[in-house]
This record gives sequence, C-alpha cells and structure tokens, in this order.
Amino acid sequence: MFVRIEPRPEPSRVMKYCSPLIAAVLMLISGLIIFTLLGKDPVQAFHAFFIEPIHDLYGIGELFIKAAPLMLIGTGLAIGFRANIWNIGAEGQMALGAIFGGYIAIIFHGSSSHFILPLMILCGAIGGILWAAIPALLKTVFNANEILVSLMLNYVALLLLEFLVHGPLRDPNGYGFPQSVLFSDSAMLPILIEGTRLHLGVLISIIGVGIGWVFLEKGFTGYQLQVAGLAQKAATYAGFKYKKLIWIGMLSGGITAGIAGALEIAGPIGQLLPSVSPGYGYAAIIVAFVGRLHPGGIFLSSLLMALLYLGGESGQMNLDLPSAVTGIFQGLLLFYLLAADFLIHYRLRLNSRQRENG
Amino acid sequence: MMLAKKHIFSVCILAACVLGLVLSASAAEKLKVGFVYISPIGDAGWTYQHNQGRLALEKNLGDKVETKYIEKVPEGPEAERVIRNLAKSGYDLIFTTSFGYMNPTLKVAKMFPKKYFEHCTGYKTAKNVGTYMCRYYQGRYLAGIIAGKMTKSNTLGYVAAFPIPEVIRGINAYTLGARSVNPAIKVKVIWVNSWFDPGKEREASEALIAQGADVITHHTDSTAPVLTAEEKGVYAIAYHSDMSKYGPKAQLTAVTHNYGKFYTKVAQSVLDHTWKPEAVWSGIKEGSIKLAPINPVVPKDVVALVEKTTKGIADGTFKPFHGPIKNQSGKLIVAAGKSLTDKDLLGMNYYVEGVQGSIPK
Repeated sequence: MFVRIEPRPEPSRVMKYCSPLIAAVLMLISGLIIFTLLGKDPVQAFHAFFIEPIHDLYGIGELFIKAAPLMLIGTGLAIGFRANIWNIGAEGQMALGAIFGGYIAIIFHGSSSHFILPLMILCGAIGGILWAAIPALLKTVFNANEILVSLMLNYVALLLLEFLVHGPLRDPNGYGFPQSVLFSDSAMLPILIEGTRLHLGVLISIIGVGIGWVFLEKGFTGYQLQVAGLAQKAATYAGFKYKKLIWIGMLSGGITAGIAGALEIAGPIGQLLPSVSPGYGYAAIIVAFVGRLHPGGIFLSSLLMALLYLGGESGQMNLDLPSAVTGIFQGLLLFYLLAADFLIHYRLRLNSRQRENG
Repeated sequence: MMLAKKHIFSVCILAACVLGLVLSASAAEKLKVGFVYISPIGDAGWTYQHNQGRLALEKNLGDKVETKYIEKVPEGPEAERVIRNLAKSGYDLIFTTSFGYMNPTLKVAKMFPKKYFEHCTGYKTAKNVGTYMCRYYQGRYLAGIIAGKMTKSNTLGYVAAFPIPEVIRGINAYTLGARSVNPAIKVKVIWVNSWFDPGKEREASEALIAQGADVITHHTDSTAPVLTAEEKGVYAIAYHSDMSKYGPKAQLTAVTHNYGKFYTKVAQSVLDHTWKPEAVWSGIKEGSIKLAPINPVVPKDVVALVEKTTKGIADGTFKPFHGPIKNQSGKLIVAAGKSLTDKDLLGMNYYVEGVQGSIPK
C-alpha cells in the first residue's frame, strides 16, 4: 500500500460549503470532455445544455416549476436528515398528497368555490403526514428501521394511486383510460406570469423553504435536531426527547411531500394520472445533500437539478444528444460531491520509503 | 507531393461543403416534423416502430422534410414543455406517440393554432389536432388463428399491461380468432401493470407456461415474453415488432405496427395544404398492421387460412368482431349477422367467451 487513508483531525468548515461548488465545476469539466468525445462542439453543447433552456421567460418559469417540488421536499427531508432520521419515502408521501388533494378536486368538480384550492393543499398535507406517520410510529414503538419502512411504503402508495386512477377516481367519460377528469378552474393554481406556466405553487414552495429556514436556523427545535444528529446520546443527556424528534423529522418530510403532491396536480398536471411525479421524491434526497441540508443551499441545488433535466431535453432537441446524458450529469454531480466530502473528512497520505525501511 | 495532394483534397471538401450549403439554402423551405417518444428507441417495441415510421417518412419525402425526435419524455407536465418547445423551435407538424400526451398536446395546440399536431391513441381532436391509431385487433385475430391451430394444451397465455379498452380489445380479438378454429381454447391473462418491465413480463410468462399455456403472447413492450418462450420451448406471438431474432424457434409470427405510410401521408397533406383534423383508425387495409413472416413450423393450410382471412379483412368482407359473439358467462352479446361498431370497440370493457379470469376494476 503506497497510499494510506487517515481521518483529518478537524474537517475544514469552509470546504464543507465549497464542496458542492467544486463538484459542480468538476461535473461541468467532465461534461465538456463527454461532449467532445461525442463529437459535439463543447461550447455549443454547453450552451444548448445550460443556457438555451433558460434563455427566455418561459424557460425560467419551467426551471422554477421543476425546482419547486424539489426544494420544498428537500427542505422537509433535510429537517429529518439533520437528526439522522432517514425518510426515503417522499415519493410515496407525494403520491398520497396528490390522492388526497385530487379527491377534493374530483368531488367538488364543477364548483367554483374559492375554498377548494386551500382545502386541496390542506388535505394534501394531511395525506403526506399520514403516510409518513407509519414509519415514524413503527420506529418509535418497535424501533423498526425507518429507511426500509418508508422506502417500501413508496411502492404501496404508487400502486394505491394507480388503483384509484384505474378504478374509483377514473373519468367516467374517458373511454376507460386511466386518468381522472380534468379539474375545474377553481381547483387549479392561478398562473403568476402570463405566457409562462409559473403558478402560485412555486411561490408557496419558496415560502415553504423560508419557513424551513426559520425553523432550522432560528428555532430551538432546529437546534435540538442538529445536536441529536451530531451526538444522539448527548442530546438525550441534555434532556431532548428523541422520540419527539423522530416524529418531527419524519412528519416534516411528509407534510412537504404531501403539499408538493397537491401542488403538482393543481398546477402543471391538472388531473390525477397513474403517475404524478417523475421521481421528485428521490431526486429531492440528492437535492437535500447537495444543498448541505441547509434551506438556502437546497434552494440553489434544486435549481441546478432542474436545469440538468431541462438541459437534457434541450440537448436532444438542438444537438441530438442522447437522453441518457441527463442521468450521466446527475450521477457525476453526486459522485464528485461524495468524493469531495470524503476528502474533507479524510486525507490520502503517500507512504514514504524511509518509513518502510525504518 | 503528398502534402499538396492533401491540400487539394481538403479544398475539394470545403468546396463541396459550400456548394451543399448553397444548394440546401436554395431548396424550398422544408417541413419540420417533430416526434415525441415515451421511451428510448431501443431495438424492438412501441417506440421502435414509431421511429421506423419516422425513418420511412424521411426516406419517402427526402429533402422536403426534416425530422427530429425527443425520446424518453414522461407523460404529464414534462410532455407539455417538450411539445411546446418543438412548436416554438419551428416544427410545423408534431406527432405525440403516447396516450398520456393527449391533454398536453391539446394545451399546446391551443397556443400554436398554425401548427399541426397528431396524437397517437387518444380520443380528443381539435381544430389543429388529429388522432391516429391502428386496428391492432385485426392482427390479433389473425395471430389467434395461428395460436389456436398450434396449441396442444388448448391454453393460450397473454401478458397484458393495463386493463384499458385497447388491450382488452386485443385479448378478445385474439380469443375469437383462436376459437374460430378451435372452440376448446382457453385464454389466461396476467396483468403486469406496466408497459415496459422485462422482469415482471418474464415472471408472468413463466407463470402462464406453468399453468399449461403453450403459446405466449403479450401486450407489453419488451422482448422478455418471446425470450422466455424460446427458453422454455413453447411458442410465442410477438407484438409491436418482429422479434424473431429473440426467439427464432418460438416466434410463430408477430403483430407489427407500421406507421411509415401514415406519417408520409400526413406530412404530404401538410405540404399540400390539405391537412384536416381527423381521427384515423387504420389497419390491415392501409398496411399499418402486418403479420411478420410466419414461422415455417406452421402448416400450409393454416397459413392459407390466415391469408384468406387477411384478404377478407382488407376488402371489408370479414370483420373480427362479427356475431355471434358471447360474453364470458355465455350470454349472446352480438347477434349473428351483426358486428360491433367502432364506438362499441373503443369502449370495450368486457371479456368474450373463452377468456379466463375477470378484468381488474
């Protein structure tokens, strides 16, 4: 062994916040190499991937539409992640939010009441909370692993949504196709800027991130969560109730995912479909970590993730880049981030020959 | 000397490039045609067949058209953005090739009233939105004849995606075809709740074979059912694409989708300014449904019967859903001498006699 891995006595705080930037830069450099290998002009490819999608107002709107659920769910998950409470079930909690919210929209179909939208969002939140409460309850009562329980419940939730859309909530005039009626206008989030799809839900998501920031950085509970994450025994010794923290950590992810689910169907989708999310619940986990579990960072990393998605489409359209390039970029970003984090906590030492001899 | 040659060579290439540029600029403005695909093209299946259609369109109309495809576009809000971006980047005719693109296509079509949209398998048209779909069931009926003649166990296995009318229609047509030559036929269906899931499709095929099915067919997107049949030594009838290279012994035939003629016709009508929003439902007659070459193990008289029926469907003298047809419980639902209308077919939500199990609600 010529290289040894040894822990650093004190990981650099500055580097901890710099590592996402380093990872992003390395991702871009690797991207340029990939573009060149694919025989594309790297500058042109770079433009198509990262500039073209957001060169007009509509594109910026699309960026925020994609980023909104990611930032909202990412913030909710980060609250739990800080206390080492691992909610991997946001995808399912989002589906439950969509089911609960969508149910309201369907039973009040045709009504023009102003209360429908707030009720949809409220019910979406309740749906997400209920789904997240299952792993929280099993964790606190039986000490069941919340990672496994929440992950497995994703599949249950997605099948439940599929069942409902194929059956009870199906559009009776839709020739048996698996989708609900199109919601009435009163169940749709208003558009903020004419000519884009930017809807009120994006604003709600950004406000949600703000609330998350206040909760985590300014409140005592946020502090307790952080202490519990760093040293659980110390937190218990200090008198923090760990079970309470588990509930808070799990339900914060549930409530944000549930609201995000309701906002998606009341925003860009406009009806219940067999699938309401292209994997936002999972992508939000990446967003939370790239954002260093800090709401500000999560806001930025959600925009970056959204841009990677949009860039993939634009690359296909303008340069015939394969659709798999998006996945490669996301993988590279996470890979470099993990590598950078590893090097913050550990350093590599070359074994000098002298020592071996001696 | 070598260097000089090289120089001359590169100058020639440059000159050719310039000439090419000038020529293409002087040609009449091309019709830009966009395609939105639900999955990567791959080498068999639904999207593969649409892409074959796109390539045929390019071949048939040459430099009058320019095509572009965006693959792996999820249904829902993502699709709306992709379709809109295509329309905005100057694509005048856009084919959206999955059912879930229906509402996004209509929304974008409203924003771009001067562009033309064609949506595959939907049921809503608009001023500038047409729909198209194939009479897949016609091919299913023919395949059923072959399966009904080739089975030894009188049990046919069917791997199905989702219980929507299109899939149910296929199951029923296949069953009617098989029972027309072998009234003892039973058809077992396993729903996998996915359009593309090789793992589940394989498990379902294995379960059907274990239950005695010796001909497997599928209404899903992967090659797994044909591969499984090949491994287990039973027959298979492939769907969407000819999959004989995945099951040279197993595949009896395949019900293939062919969009090339239709895509060419639509693009030509846009070029000629004669395009109209229509709900096109084409089949054997128009050449959009074809059987892949029939495996030589199928006896000659069966092939002759299939050919005769094919001809009947093509000239309209024969209809797969022609009475008498009984439902699962043996009740007569289509009287002798009558046949189902297109509207009945579009909303089909019941099994005919011979299919086992019930439709998941």
